[in-house]
Amino acid sequence: MNRRTLMATAALGLGLVFGGSVNAAGMDKVKACFVYVGPVGDGGWTYQHDQGRLALIEAFGDKVDASTFQENVPEGADAERVLTQMALSGCNIIFTTSFGYMDATNAVAAKFPDVKFEHATGYKRDTDNVSTYGARFYEGRAVIGTIAGRMTKSNKIGYIASFPIPEVIRGINSTFLHAKKVNPDVTISVVWAYTWFDPAKEADAAKALIEQGVDVIVQHTDSTAPLAEAAKTAGVVGFGQASDMAAYKPSPRVSSIIDNWAPYYLKRVGALLDGSYTQVDSWEGISAGEVEIGEITDAVPAEVKAEAEAVRDAIGAGTYHPFTGPINKQDGSAWLADGVTAPDGDLLGMNFYVEGIVGDIPQ
Amino acid sequence: MDFGGINPAVLVASLMVASVPIMLAAIGELVVEKAGVLNLGVEGMMIMGAICGFITAVQTGSPVLGFVGGALGAAALALVFAVLTQVLQANQVATGLALTLFGLGLSSLMGQGYVGIKPPLTGQVPFGPLADIPVLGRIFFSHDPMVYLSIAIIAAVWAVLKFSRMGLILRAVGENHDAAHALGYKVTRIRILAILFGGAMAGLGGAYLSLVRVPQWTDGITAGAGWIALAIVVFASWKPWRVLVGAYLFGGISVLQLNLQAAGARIPVEYLSMSPYLITILVLVIMSSGKGRASMSAPAALGQNFHAAR
Amino acid sequence: MLILEKRPSPSRFWTYATPILAVALTMIAGGALFALLGKDPIVAIRTIFWDPLFGEFAFYLRGQLLVKAGPLILIAVGLSLGFRAGIWNIGAEGQYIIGAIFGAGVGLAVFPTESRWIFPVMIVAGAFGGWLWAMIPAILKTRFNTNEILVSLMLVYVAQTILSKAATGFLRNPQGMGFPGSRNFSSYPTARNVELISGTGMHWGVVAAFIAVIAAYVLLQRHILGFQIKLAGQAPRAARFAGVQPTRLVVMCMGISGALAGLAGMFEVTGPAGQISIDFASGYGFTAIIVAFLGRLNPVGILLAGLVMALTYVGGEMASTNLGLPSAAIQAFQGMLLFFLLAMDLLSNYRIRFLKGRAA
Repeated sequence: MNRRTLMATAALGLGLVFGGSVNAAGMDKVKACFVYVGPVGDGGWTYQHDQGRLALIEAFGDKVDASTFQENVPEGADAERVLTQMALSGCNIIFTTSFGYMDATNAVAAKFPDVKFEHATGYKRDTDNVSTYGARFYEGRAVIGTIAGRMTKSNKIGYIASFPIPEVIRGINSTFLHAKKVNPDVTISVVWAYTWFDPAKEADAAKALIEQGVDVIVQHTDSTAPLAEAAKTAGVVGFGQASDMAAYKPSPRVSSIIDNWAPYYLKRVGALLDGSYTQVDSWEGISAGEVEIGEITDAVPAEVKAEAEAVRDAIGAGTYHPFTGPINKQDGSAWLADGVTAPDGDLLGMNFYVEGIVGDIPQ
Repeated sequence: MDFGGINPAVLVASLMVASVPIMLAAIGELVVEKAGVLNLGVEGMMIMGAICGFITAVQTGSPVLGFVGGALGAAALALVFAVLTQVLQANQVATGLALTLFGLGLSSLMGQGYVGIKPPLTGQVPFGPLADIPVLGRIFFSHDPMVYLSIAIIAAVWAVLKFSRMGLILRAVGENHDAAHALGYKVTRIRILAILFGGAMAGLGGAYLSLVRVPQWTDGITAGAGWIALAIVVFASWKPWRVLVGAYLFGGISVLQLNLQAAGARIPVEYLSMSPYLITILVLVIMSSGKGRASMSAPAALGQNFHAAR
Repeated sequence: MLILEKRPSPSRFWTYATPILAVALTMIAGGALFALLGKDPIVAIRTIFWDPLFGEFAFYLRGQLLVKAGPLILIAVGLSLGFRAGIWNIGAEGQYIIGAIFGAGVGLAVFPTESRWIFPVMIVAGAFGGWLWAMIPAILKTRFNTNEILVSLMLVYVAQTILSKAATGFLRNPQGMGFPGSRNFSSYPTARNVELISGTGMHWGVVAAFIAVIAAYVLLQRHILGFQIKLAGQAPRAARFAGVQPTRLVVMCMGISGALAGLAGMFEVTGPAGQISIDFASGYGFTAIIVAFLGRLNPVGILLAGLVMALTYVGGEMASTNLGLPSAAIQAFQGMLLFFLLAMDLLSNYRIRFLKGRAA
């Protein structure tokens, strides 16, 4: 018996012991495990995933054991080891919450066909026990872009970007398009921090933007540092990112984009419990509750608040798509014709700015 | 009056703030190295200062106590280094590196419950109408107390080293510890005190990061600032006022590259973010060669353990 | 009163005993730390040190030990040569990164050609990249007398920026939907650093580590360069009289340590890590410094020290998942290990004497 069979058998055996019996209609008890790229206390990305995990415990009680998680797992060989250990110790479903775990997730999934793997923000599904999931954050950006365009007095919006990947470029484009819709004179300055979470760098980036005259800061990085920096200067507002960042209400945090993973997690574990689980590639947004807009505070004038909420509701109802033509690319070439909405394929691989944004995407 | 969209007064004011942590750590390390000890654990001490300061400030509600707590915490860690190298004769380079590693781990542990918390804020020193003077007001009169204190500490160190007896003894210990011992000076005790001072300064610098500059606690908040401080000491040829220049230079470049980005300059971001380190190397090379031979100004007994042969 | 009296030559008994004593003391102090954090110290120590070797999942974890220890040993062996001679290469992390970029770059440039020469060429490229990066501080030291500690350290940050640029720019996977990260080497078998004996984690990097240990041992014991290294470290003046050229020594030591670090990087990126990504560098270059000291700068010692360090990593991870021990505790633990070792070092170099009355 070679190692591979041994491991798979061990996993199956342990899975049966810990994971409850697998009957045709579903499972009695599910062990759900989580792999986090950062600390639970980051108040942002990882914190929100952990909130999803806690929601599982609250919703399913005894039927789910969601107590196993590992934080600060580096991507690469270490991730593979952690995933293998989790699979060996009887996890039935493992959520890997960072893009960088893609290859590790697929490699381990191949060795443990009976364990389900859910990879956040990825696109590879080499075996049928791997599903991918993400959220349409650009829908949230459309709403806050509307607020930003209305609230800016200097007509300069700042965007603290992390890495030049499609998700971030979508965010920049969506924010700009909607700010410009309500305020044709608006411009956007992008600072690339090359990190998802580094309060010192984010504070410096926010400071640099404010010194350049920016008075609304949108961030794609996860710490509260830009808000703390914005608080030092009167008249500068910002938005919470990933989590509500309520400590900075009512200003500078005038609203926020909240990642809410609970609906998705409940759905998937519930599917395991009732036997309806299948492989998916999920990309939901405001309508499924995965992207939430945090409370718009009174620092925002009532008509702007109403406008933003209208955008949010229209997206949630499916009547409005943030990327609806006519939209041209930055170089002037046509992208979307009048009334045409962007296909998911274009969005997933987005590597261009829309017309009106000055500057280049770092290559 | 803007150059390429960047206001110089605002830039200078920014860089003064950005340079405070490395300035404090560097001046502390300068004193330590003048006494003949090479402490590579500055990064570890800074981050200990950051978390101890943060915890103290949050628990007591006072930023001043926070800074004191930061200095004490870092000095405590420096004490471990002092005992290991001065009493137990351990290798200074290795012990310094161990200090950094341990400091990073311990601070992260201590900070587990403090991520994302807002500390009590340090206000600006109220200079009143002086702060409204067009260019100079922004540069000189709109900062928080630590900026002024850090410059005062540099002045104090310079004065003590140059004019006082204590400074002379310290320098003697650093140049030739055997001779100093023969003259009756307590080499070990002086070095331990210098190490503690260096630790306290690094702690203040770290506390500044977590209490004022960011202000927040995160793992690894110092992000290599301790190593930059070490480089600044060499750049400064172990002269206190040059530490000020070096810290401003380095702080200035870091601030400039972000401002250039924000102003929309078309310089590739990656090269900008590399520039502080490349320029530091360049400066080190210039200082070590040519007329300003840095090796000539280094304390002669730097890095060598002192053991009194009876 | 207690006084320290320097021994004429280091005690052989204590040279072997100190690492063991240091590990034992660390277990005790670490246990106390874990108890302070609210975890059962015995269970924690057992999870870290015993379980990976003999516990429930040991059949998998034992192999992982070699995966973790391989690069550490390879880099540490190179560093130890320099450290012995008083040449402090602190920038091994940067050399590791550049070696990985060179090696991976060569491989990706010829993708998808199949040839059995590709992997060997990549090995040479990786070693060359690391060597090149180490030559910068070496030349700056020999020509301009610039401190190699600071230069090599600054270059680590520069290397990290280059890595970032590689992952998002020139080495980015063209079929990767715009995401950062190079093509994964698992999809390119000829260039892949495979596991030679399945389940043991033994890949070419581990083999290289073993070869390096043997080669370093022979170098230090038999070769004139080894003699010069040892002499330069212990008695710099005597070395100069004996004809050791400091320039040559610096270049050789930095070069060797750089090349080995670059090799480690190349093996890691084509094997366990799989791709060039922004977070590729996980601090092996710095941990290797601890391994070098833990192994008393001796090749065989480094081999054992690397395995012990790997044990703390792998066991520490298990403790993190199973006991909820914060991963920072393991870092503090490793720092403590080095502290105790350095403190215990005293015993092999000095004799403790009790004296009655005051010193004259």
